[in-house]
Amino acid sequence: MVQKLDYLKETPSQTAGPYVHIGLAPGAAGFDIYQQELGWDIAGPNAKGERIRVEGIVIDATGSPVKDVMLEAWQANSEGVYAHPESPGEVEEGFRGWGRVITDFETGEWGFDTIKPGPVAARAAMGGEVRPAADEELQDAYGRGHAGLRQMAPHINLWIVARGINIGLNTRIYFEDEAEANAEDPVMNLIEWERRRKTLIATRTLRDGLPVYRFDIKLQGEDETVFFDI
Amino acid sequence: MTTPAEFYERDRAWHPPAQTPIYKTSVTRSPQYALLSLQQSVSEITGPTFGHTDIDPLDRDLIHNYAKDGGSAIGERIILHGRVLDENARPIPNTLVEIWQANAGGRYRHKKDTYLAPIDPNFGGCGRTLTDENGHYYFRTVKPGAYPWRNYVNSWRPAHIHMSIFGTAFCQRLITQCYFEGDPLIERCPIVNTIPDMAAQGQLVAALDMNATIPLDTIAYKFDIVLRGRRSTMFENRLDGN
Repeated sequence: MVQKLDYLKETPSQTAGPYVHIGLAPGAAGFDIYQQELGWDIAGPNAKGERIRVEGIVIDATGSPVKDVMLEAWQANSEGVYAHPESPGEVEEGFRGWGRVITDFETGEWGFDTIKPGPVAARAAMGGEVRPAADEELQDAYGRGHAGLRQMAPHINLWIVARGINIGLNTRIYFEDEAEANAEDPVMNLIEWERRRKTLIATRTLRDGLPVYRFDIKLQGEDETVFFDI
Repeated sequence: MTTPAEFYERDRAWHPPAQTPIYKTSVTRSPQYALLSLQQSVSEITGPTFGHTDIDPLDRDLIHNYAKDGGSAIGERIILHGRVLDENARPIPNTLVEIWQANAGGRYRHKKDTYLAPIDPNFGGCGRTLTDENGHYYFRTVKPGAYPWRNYVNSWRPAHIHMSIFGTAFCQRLITQCYFEGDPLIERCPIVNTIPDMAAQGQLVAALDMNATIPLDTIAYKFDIVLRGRRSTMFENRLDGN
């Protein structure tokens, strides 16, 4: 017999169910209970950078909109700093970088207002330092060696839960007008199938002068969105 | 800048898989392609933080947080308490725990719930709190009732409380459900049975905790929550953390 490793096991996930709004967005469930619902204001009034709107729809395998989804966003400020002690730098007062939205019960549309995040430092090689990018340091056939370089393209981390989703799905929103940075992004470059990369890129339009990024999420089937095990 | 210390890899054989046909809604809502595994960057090892200004102390008392003047919710009065730990058994302090549930009759206060069991006018069904410096949390509520749902013709959910926990990093984010010791519906539930491992299922069953009851007032259940543990940074620090 070998010695026991005394690690605890992570609590297993379960679906958020159809009534997730009761707990996490009670106003949408149809009643006011909290003085302050959390997650409505991602960037706050003092955030620097470009004000944007991000919106979309979540689609199931039959092509139908999923109308009981909750999405949470986690992003850096316009200078690439997260509102967290382990992210070097400072964020503006009131910048939380986190938000949650639910889909409209009738249409399945969701959306949030925020600022466009700046690029964030990529991870370094094990024990190494982040260095400036060098062209020859692209990944090999096993996807190794991407570390030790550069920055990640601007992105918003997204977590998706709903009835029928047993464990929350992680994905990232990238921006169409950052083509150069997206092409260099180490996570984007981990996606072996180039045609799947576009599932992570939000398209940009202007509405009343405000940039609106469209990001539809396909849970299953043709053009299925890339989801991550983070 | 050095590489951030990563969190332990999630054991996806311990969690429910995405596609579980016994739980019918998962069939069209589960990705078919493999997840793309990421080594963690600052995007994954950071996450939102919350403070006492975000919530009200009454938010953790579901018996009273939606009750009219002098009223209280109807049902079996319970304390639900426990600790939020990581896989290294270290407490996670000041982390946000949110819960939601049906009332004692199995009815949710939600415009999409049309079950014929009545709404309790003094019960909302949601609560939230921050863990203390030792990772401990507690709620006061009523024990939820079982309720029927359209999966098989005669499917009934066991009594359960939905729980949402943040931890310190976006990669620790977790939503789960807490069940109650001794409930014969647990082993029959398709949603519980999306979890393949029986020991993992058992981790979701709160234990009756007579030591934490308030005699002549409120009974108690204990439910500990474990979030992903974190590696030490091998080349920067001693391994004393593990």
